[in-house]
Amino acid sequence: MSLAAPAIRLRDVHKRYGHHELLAGISLDVARGEKLGLIGPAACGKSVLLKLVCGLEQPDRGEIEVLGESVLGKREPELGPLRQRIGMLFQNYALFDFLPVEANVAFPLERRGGLDARELADRVAARLRAVGLAGSEHKLTAELSGGMKKRVGIARATVADPELVIYDEPSAGLDPVTTQKIYDLLADDQARTGATVLAVSSDVVALARFVDEIAFLYRGHIVHRGPAASIFDAEDPLVRQFVRGELEGPLSEARP
Amino acid sequence: MKAAVTNVGAGALRVAEEVGGIVILTGQTLRALVPPRVDSRELFKNLYKMGNRSVPIIVLTAFFAGGLMTLQTGPFVKKLGATSLAGWGAGYAVLREIGPILIALMFSGRVGANNTAELATMTVTEQLDGLRALAIDPVRFLVVPRVIAMMVMLVALTVIGDLVALIGASVVGHAMLDIEWSTMYHSFADNLRPYDFLHGVYKSIAFGAAIAISSCYFGVTVRGGAVGVGRAVNAAVVAAAVSIMLLDFFLTYLTG
Repeated sequence: MSLAAPAIRLRDVHKRYGHHELLAGISLDVARGEKLGLIGPAACGKSVLLKLVCGLEQPDRGEIEVLGESVLGKREPELGPLRQRIGMLFQNYALFDFLPVEANVAFPLERRGGLDARELADRVAARLRAVGLAGSEHKLTAELSGGMKKRVGIARATVADPELVIYDEPSAGLDPVTTQKIYDLLADDQARTGATVLAVSSDVVALARFVDEIAFLYRGHIVHRGPAASIFDAEDPLVRQFVRGELEGPLSEARP
Repeated sequence: MKAAVTNVGAGALRVAEEVGGIVILTGQTLRALVPPRVDSRELFKNLYKMGNRSVPIIVLTAFFAGGLMTLQTGPFVKKLGATSLAGWGAGYAVLREIGPILIALMFSGRVGANNTAELATMTVTEQLDGLRALAIDPVRFLVVPRVIAMMVMLVALTVIGDLVALIGASVVGHAMLDIEWSTMYHSFADNLRPYDFLHGVYKSIAFGAAIAISSCYFGVTVRGGAVGVGRAVNAAVVAAAVSIMLLDFFLTYLTG
């Protein structure tokens, strides 16, 4: 396994749900340390692609390699070591509602082992301070606002300093100020750890400030990939209409 | 006619799918027990929640079930002058059939339904995917402790319920049918065999396994948000009730 190998390598990945082919031959590389944003219309398969990368779903066809390991056809226990190197923020947080905030964030570290109780508590406290949740350690997740839940999710996804972090809609439902704070936090964290990032977001402006490149997923294919800074000047009319939020254009014509 | 056959076929396929799923989950649960690594925090939490908190409702049910047996048989044994058999009649029915079945049905309604609702909510809010993303097997972490807790606690509650039912039979016999305490006691002691008690206990082991597996299965396979959670609870309670009656029939037939 070469160190130069991409952190994520997808080749001709297909995924079908019933009669609907959600991913129709996706090929994608994300280099180590790179931050790639993924955008596209609702229900185009962005979250499914993230779950495929994490091995939470299996493709119907194609190859998926993550951090140098194939995730294809592996049983849950076999995926364990790889998943310990990945942090994932779910769109709906996926926080464990049977545990308080502190225990949610400590969960990945406890399961991994190797830290004594003091070290573990210090690390969790530091992470909660970093996401602005000091003082909320003992609250149940049901008592938190959407923004706070998102921050707990980020703390849990990043507390173990994973090599690859996957963010599914890190700013969905948040106000602009909180959104910016969240993205600043993600950027600081990535700068500190050098982790590879794959992020899906509907907030293209905020995403473009955070990632290096943006890929556009449409009808099962990556139809555009380019520097995030120039996404709003993309020549592809599909991308241009989507990122500018224009009502007229090929996206609207293609919809029933 | 064609539509009717199609419906019957579709129904049969659904049942086969559910039964297959339950068999697979049973296999996964058994496999997760080798080697026996159970999350002790989850296990003790569930033992308390499922067992201790069920005691009042079980005591109430068992007391009146025992009393009811005496109430039904008492007038006949008095009419025939066979009051020495009043305790035997009530005790035999309670220990072998009424106790285990009634307690299992109550347990299914209170604990099984709650378990399904809890797991189903965790499933639709992606908490199970959250566990998998953290390299934690949901079957080992969530299902196994619940199955053990339900089986252990249903046996314990059946033993408690048996005792309370015999007390209920004696109290009703004495208070409403003027049967002496000593007559009831000797009727139990002279006519009931240890096997009558054990017969009910091993049935409760089977009932506990059926309630646990079906409630977990419908919880972790739920689809479709809040409506899906409601459907899952309904399916779990029905499946548990049917399983209890079928198991009771075959266990009684095969073991006397």
